[in-house]
Amino acid sequence: MRIVVPVKFVPDIQSDRRFGADGRVERSAADGTLNELDENAIEAALRLVEALEAAEQETSEVVVVTVGPAEADLALRKAYQLGAHRALRVTDAALAGSDYFATARVLAAAVRAAGEVDLVIGGMAALDGLGSVVPALLAAELGWPQLLLARRLDVTDGVASVTRELDGVTEELTAPLPAVVSVTDHVNTPRYPNFALIMAARTKEIQVLSLADLGIEPATVGDAGARTRVVTAAPRPPREPAVVHVDDGEGGLALATYLIDNRLV
Amino acid sequence: MSARAHTVVVLLDTPGSALRSPAKELLTLARPLGGVVAVALAEPSAQVVAEASELGAERLLVVDPAGDVALTPVVAEALAVAVRAVGADVALLTSSFQNKEAAALLAHELGAGLVVDARPDLVEGRVLATKRVFAGSWDVVSEASSDQVVLTVRANETVAEPVGQPVPLTPEHLSATPSPRATAAALVSRTVHPVSADARPALAEAAIVVAGGRGTLGDFAPVHDLADALGAAVGATRDAVDEGWVEHDAQIGQTGVTIAPRVYIGAGISGAPHHRGGMQASGTIITVNSDPEAPLVEISDLAVVGDLADVLPQAAAAIREHLAERGR
Repeated sequence: MRIVVPVKFVPDIQSDRRFGADGRVERSAADGTLNELDENAIEAALRLVEALEAAEQETSEVVVVTVGPAEADLALRKAYQLGAHRALRVTDAALAGSDYFATARVLAAAVRAAGEVDLVIGGMAALDGLGSVVPALLAAELGWPQLLLARRLDVTDGVASVTRELDGVTEELTAPLPAVVSVTDHVNTPRYPNFALIMAARTKEIQVLSLADLGIEPATVGDAGARTRVVTAAPRPPREPAVVHVDDGEGGLALATYLIDNRLV
Repeated sequence: MSARAHTVVVLLDTPGSALRSPAKELLTLARPLGGVVAVALAEPSAQVVAEASELGAERLLVVDPAGDVALTPVVAEALAVAVRAVGADVALLTSSFQNKEAAALLAHELGAGLVVDARPDLVEGRVLATKRVFAGSWDVVSEASSDQVVLTVRANETVAEPVGQPVPLTPEHLSATPSPRATAAALVSRTVHPVSADARPALAEAAIVVAGGRGTLGDFAPVHDLADALGAAVGATRDAVDEGWVEHDAQIGQTGVTIAPRVYIGAGISGAPHHRGGMQASGTIITVNSDPEAPLVEISDLAVVGDLADVLPQAAAAIREHLAERGR
């Protein structure tokens, strides 16, 4: 079984995230990490492989792929620490400024470049853009069925089955492999990397592919191919510091008065 | 996009019963952009036809999806039929997780641009999309370079308003033919979570939210008390959901519901990044916490330092008294 997990190198959500003058998110190695939800996806993939019979496990692998600059290797090495077997990075200057559609197209090409793939498992969203749409677009690009926002994933006899938790509704869906799955943070608790894997991750090979390697025209991706463009990006003024009321027996009244005085009730 | 008049398709989420506030807000936001065509994927009730008319739709298309609308590719393909039928260049959907998938797939099908969780505005003939990113700390305005654009819009971006001169609507019927990929996944079961008897507003739509976290120590009664007094929705942190104190539907956060109500009151919530990311764009933020150093205080307008079990019920009583007096 071959499972591909698309991962993203994102600005740490606790860092000072910002846009540059070119209207693009600033992505530096210093404050970047593997997107946290991708850890759940890697864990889900590893568990599926580990559940196989020994003989099948020998010929199975979890391949992580990312579309990004060289700094994105940090995300791939983290994936290696967790137990991924192989990593691909697609890097090309022409990719800067890619929109959701270009990202999905390039990821689909990377999935195909990984070999014969049974399953793609992604995190439900990247915590920088929070679009939550790339998994669906990736499924459309591959022409595969999609099972998204899974809080449970099982694969039996070539069929993937998920429990999908939406707002107010729970759904159970199935699809034959190959399929695209996205998982939420409720699907599992990612493992901690072990020492041996951490050491090995430092020097494991990462295969780097260019757009030419994937047969993708530069003009169709990046800024050149983007279907939307940023007109303005500006930081919001920080909030005024809070009015602090220490409860002296009248804290509740202070809260109520604040709401009433500000016409919020 | 050119500065010509626009035709806007608006997906009505619950056509069989009545329109909910996010759909009404969507119609209100659509009107300044151009001619509004409401789209339903099931036969609309008479009430919905009337509401769509009152909120400014000029046409109402009913598309038979010929597939299960729980499958978002089926929804996307049905919407594409509607968009092509009227030559729309803008499509608006409310921002649920399902609709975000459908919106993306619709844009993919059409070759259109996509902006997720944005408010559309018409500026000098152009449709501009404004959104808040990075946990509400940055404002980004974007525009499509493609001929068509699809947007998902969060609740509470505007206040729904009827039009002065509604056009009477007669539903027009169309059919879609879903692709093999759209129906390749099978829906095995679908369970709608029981709505609490108290009939509070939905978390994603409410104008006021009272949320509880670890500091409640499992007792959400004070949170419910204040929520009821305010007519608010009840929310919670991921911790509270994991502890089993509330259902998953109450979870606020990047993988739960992202909210931007007029008023957010967080009780016993320290304000970890994941939670903050889900509510930081709220209008007025109030914290009730025994810890004055809780991170949530940094983004609050008012912080009450104390025991929520004392503060919230006292506030609830004072609110009820005020509302009773105002009613006189």
